[in-house]
Amino acid sequence: MSPITLILIALGLGLLGWLAGRAKAWSFQTGDAATRPASRPIYHAWYVALWVVMPVLGFVVAWSVIAPQLVLQSVLASPAAESLPAFGFERDAFLGEARAVALGQAPGVFNDEAEALIAPFRDAFAHYNTIGIIVTVLIAIAGGALAFLRLRPQFGARTRVERTVMMILLVASLVAILTTFGIFASLVFETVRFFGMVSPVDFLFGTKWGPDTMTSASSVDPSRYGAVPLFWGTIFIGAIIAMIVAIPLGLMSAIYLTQYADPRVRTWIKPLLELLAGVPTVVYGYFAALTLAPMIRDAAVAVGITSASTESALAAGIVMGVMIIPFVSSMADDSMAAVPGAMRDGSLAMGATRSETIRRVLFPAALPGIVAGIMLAVSRAIGETMIVVMAASPAANLTANPLEPMSTVTVQIVKLLTGEQSTDHPATLSAYALGFVLFMVTLALNFIALRVVKRFREAYE
Amino acid sequence: MSSIPMSETAPAPAAQPLGPTRTPAFEQRLAKRYRAERNFKRLGLGAVVFSVAVLVFLLGNMLMNGIGGFQRAELEVTIDFPASGITGDATSLTAPSASQTLEMQGLPDVVTFFAEEQVGKDAAAQISPEAWRDVAAALAEDPELVGRTATFNLPVSSALAAGLQAEGPAETQALADRLAAEGKLARNWDWGFLARSDATSPQSVGIWGALKGSMLTMLVTLVLAVPIGVLSALYLEEYAPRNRWTDIIEVSISNLAAVPSIIFGLLGLAVFLALFPNLRSAPLIGGMTLALMTMPVIVISGRNAIKAVPPSIRDGALAIGASPVQVVFHHVLPLALPGMLTGTIIGMARALGETAPLLLIGMRIFVATPPEGFASPATVLPMQIFLWSDEIDRGFVERTSAAIIVLLAFLLTMNGVAIYLRNKFEKRW
Repeated sequence: MSPITLILIALGLGLLGWLAGRAKAWSFQTGDAATRPASRPIYHAWYVALWVVMPVLGFVVAWSVIAPQLVLQSVLASPAAESLPAFGFERDAFLGEARAVALGQAPGVFNDEAEALIAPFRDAFAHYNTIGIIVTVLIAIAGGALAFLRLRPQFGARTRVERTVMMILLVASLVAILTTFGIFASLVFETVRFFGMVSPVDFLFGTKWGPDTMTSASSVDPSRYGAVPLFWGTIFIGAIIAMIVAIPLGLMSAIYLTQYADPRVRTWIKPLLELLAGVPTVVYGYFAALTLAPMIRDAAVAVGITSASTESALAAGIVMGVMIIPFVSSMADDSMAAVPGAMRDGSLAMGATRSETIRRVLFPAALPGIVAGIMLAVSRAIGETMIVVMAASPAANLTANPLEPMSTVTVQIVKLLTGEQSTDHPATLSAYALGFVLFMVTLALNFIALRVVKRFREAYE
Repeated sequence: MSSIPMSETAPAPAAQPLGPTRTPAFEQRLAKRYRAERNFKRLGLGAVVFSVAVLVFLLGNMLMNGIGGFQRAELEVTIDFPASGITGDATSLTAPSASQTLEMQGLPDVVTFFAEEQVGKDAAAQISPEAWRDVAAALAEDPELVGRTATFNLPVSSALAAGLQAEGPAETQALADRLAAEGKLARNWDWGFLARSDATSPQSVGIWGALKGSMLTMLVTLVLAVPIGVLSALYLEEYAPRNRWTDIIEVSISNLAAVPSIIFGLLGLAVFLALFPNLRSAPLIGGMTLALMTMPVIVISGRNAIKAVPPSIRDGALAIGASPVQVVFHHVLPLALPGMLTGTIIGMARALGETAPLLLIGMRIFVATPPEGFASPATVLPMQIFLWSDEIDRGFVERTSAAIIVLLAFLLTMNGVAIYLRNKFEKRW
C-alpha cells in the first residue's frame, strides 16, 4: 500500500474530525458573556484534526519502512521461496521481478524461477495492506475520539493548538540538523570501514590511484589507494585554472558594472551575467566536452604539442571558471558596496583618478570580503561534479601540464559508485572517504569565509 | 600687505602665476595616469564583454545545434489501406491493444511493401523498423483512415539521416541525394520529440519520459522542501530563543547551503537507498535527496522575506490581543509570502538543473517508457542530457542540444517568473 493512500485516508478522517470538533464547539456558544467559551470554535476543530492526523502520520512513516521488510519475511517464509538461491545478485533479481509483477508494475517475469514467488508476494501485499489500513483507521478514530471527548466550553483548545504549532515549527527546523548529522554519520561510518582496510596514511599521502573493483575485498593493495593525484587534480582544475579565469573576469566585471557603467546598462548586464550561474552544470559539461575540449586539443596540436588530450584539465577548468564568474563578481560587488562612500569621495577629492581610487582605496578596503568570496568560489569549484565528470578524465594523473588528462575527487566518487559492485569493497568505500575529505575541505573553506565576511562587515559600522 | 608696491623690484615669487605644478614632467605623468585610467576602464569593459560573449556563444552554440535536433529525416510513403487488407473500426483501432492487432494483421509488412513500391527496395530497407508504429498511432487517432489512401512521413535509419546531411558512406549519401531530389526524403519538424521517451536510435528518441520524471521529482521536492523550509524560517526568525540549540540549527542551515551537491547524493545513497532499496532510481528518492539540498536555500530566502516585514505590523496585531502564533500566521506570513515564493522558485530551478546527486542514487538508467508514478524507475531531463552526451553519434549531438534547449527554456521561464513576482510584489514600507 503506498503511503500516499494512507496519508489521504488520514487527511480525510482529519477533515471529518475538524468538522465534528467545530460543530460541537459551536454548541458551546451561548451569547452570554459569563459562560463564554475559552477558545473560538476553529481551535476546537483544529485540536481534533491534529489529534487525528499527527499520530497517523507517525504510523505511516514507520509503516512505510517496516511493511516492505514484513512482506519480504512472509514471502521468504512461504514454501515457494525454498528453491531460491541462497543469497547474492540472482536472489535479489528474482525477488525484485516477482515483486514488480505482484504490484502490477511489470507485465511479466524474465526468469521462470520468479514466477512461483508472485502469488506469495500478492498474498503478503494484500495481507499487510489490510493491516495497514485497519491500523491507520483505528489510530485515527482513537485519536479523534480522545480529542473530541475532551472538548468543553472551558477547554483551552487554542493554547494546545498553538503549542503543537510551535512543536511543528521546531521539528521542521531540526531537519537541517538531522541532515547535517546524516551526512556526517554516513560519511564517517563508511570512511572508518575503509580505513580498516587501507591505512589513512596510504590514502592521504600515496601517489598512485587505481582502485581495482575486480579484486576480492580481502586482498587489498593499499598502494593503489593513494589519493594525492586526485587532490592535486581537484586543486589544479578547481582552484588554479578555474580561478585564473574567474578572478580577473569576475573582479573586473564587478568593478566596471559598479563604478563605471551607466545604471541602465547595469540593470541589463547584471542579470545577464547571473544567467551564467543559472545554467545547469550538465550543460557546461556538455559544452566543455564536445566544443571546448576538441578546440583546445586542435589548437595545441597545431602549435606542436602532440601530447594534448581531449580530456585535458584545461577545458574543464576554463568552463568551470566561466561558471564561477557571476559568483566572484557578486561577492566583489557586495564587499565594495560596503566600503563607506566617504573613503571613495575623499580619494577622488584629493585628485586621484577613478582607477587609482579603485585600486588603492576601494580594493584594499574590500579585500577581506573579496578573499572570502574567492574562498567560497573555490569551495564551489572543487565540489563541482558534472563539468569534470563529462570533460575531465577518469585516469588519475600527477602532472602540472594542463593539456594532459587529470582526474578529480568528484569524478572518482561518481565513477566508483555508479558501477555494480558490492558495498563492502574497499573501492566502493573509498568513494565515501573521498566524499568525507571533500566535505571537510569545503566546510572549512565556507566556515573561514563566512567568519572573514562577518568580521569585515563590522569594521565600518 | 605693505610689500605689494615693492613687487616691481622683487618679481621672482609672482613670475609663475599658474603654480609650479604644471611642469612638462607633470603633464607627462598626468597623461600617463589618464592613460592608465582609460586602460583600466577598457579592461573592465573587456571582462564584461567577454563574459557576455561566452554566454552568447554557449547559448548560440546550443541553439544552432539544437534546431536540428527538433527535426528528423522522414521518407514520404503513401499507403492504400483498402488494398492492403488492414481492417478495423473505430473501437478496435482505438483500443489499447490496437497496435498488437495491427501487427498481427501484418501492418509492418504493408508499410514495407508500399515503401518498396514507391521509393525502391534500397530506400525501403532504410525505413526505421519501428516506423509502422507511427502509422498505427495515426490510425488510432483517425480510424476513418483505414478506408482511404493516406500519405505518411516515416522516420528513416540513422545512416540515411546522416547521408542526408552529407555524412557517412558515399552510397547512402547518393541514395539520400536521389530521394531528396525526388522530394521523397526531407528533414521535417518532429513534434514527437516532445512526446516520446528514450530509445537507442537518435531518430526515434524523445524527451517526454525525462520531462515527466523531472516533473514528478520536482513535485516530491516541492512538497517536502517548501513546508519544511518555510516553517523553519518562521521558527528561526520569529520565535527561536537565542541559545546554543538555535545557534546549532542556524550554523547547520548555512553549512548545508554550501555543501557540494554530490555529498547529498552520498547521503541519499547511504540513507534513503538503505531504507528503501526497492525505490532505486525512483522520483521519490530523487525528490527526497533534492529536497534536502533545496531546503536550506528556501530557509535563507524565507528568513530574508520575513525580516523585511516591518515590526509595526507585529506590534499592531499584538496590541489588539493576537497571540504570537496568530501574529505570524495571520499577518507576517501573508506579507512575506511573495518573497518566499521568489526564493522557492529560484531554489526549485537549481534543483531542476541538478544532476550529480541523482547520478549517485542510480537515476542513470535507460528508461524507455515515461514513469508511471513516484515509485517507478525514471530519469530526469539533465540526466537524459548526460546519458545522451555519451552517445557520440551525430544525431545524438543534435538531440542532446535540443534537450538542452528545452531544459534552458524551463529554467529561464522559472527565473523569469521569479523576477516578475519580485517586481510585482516588492513593497517598501
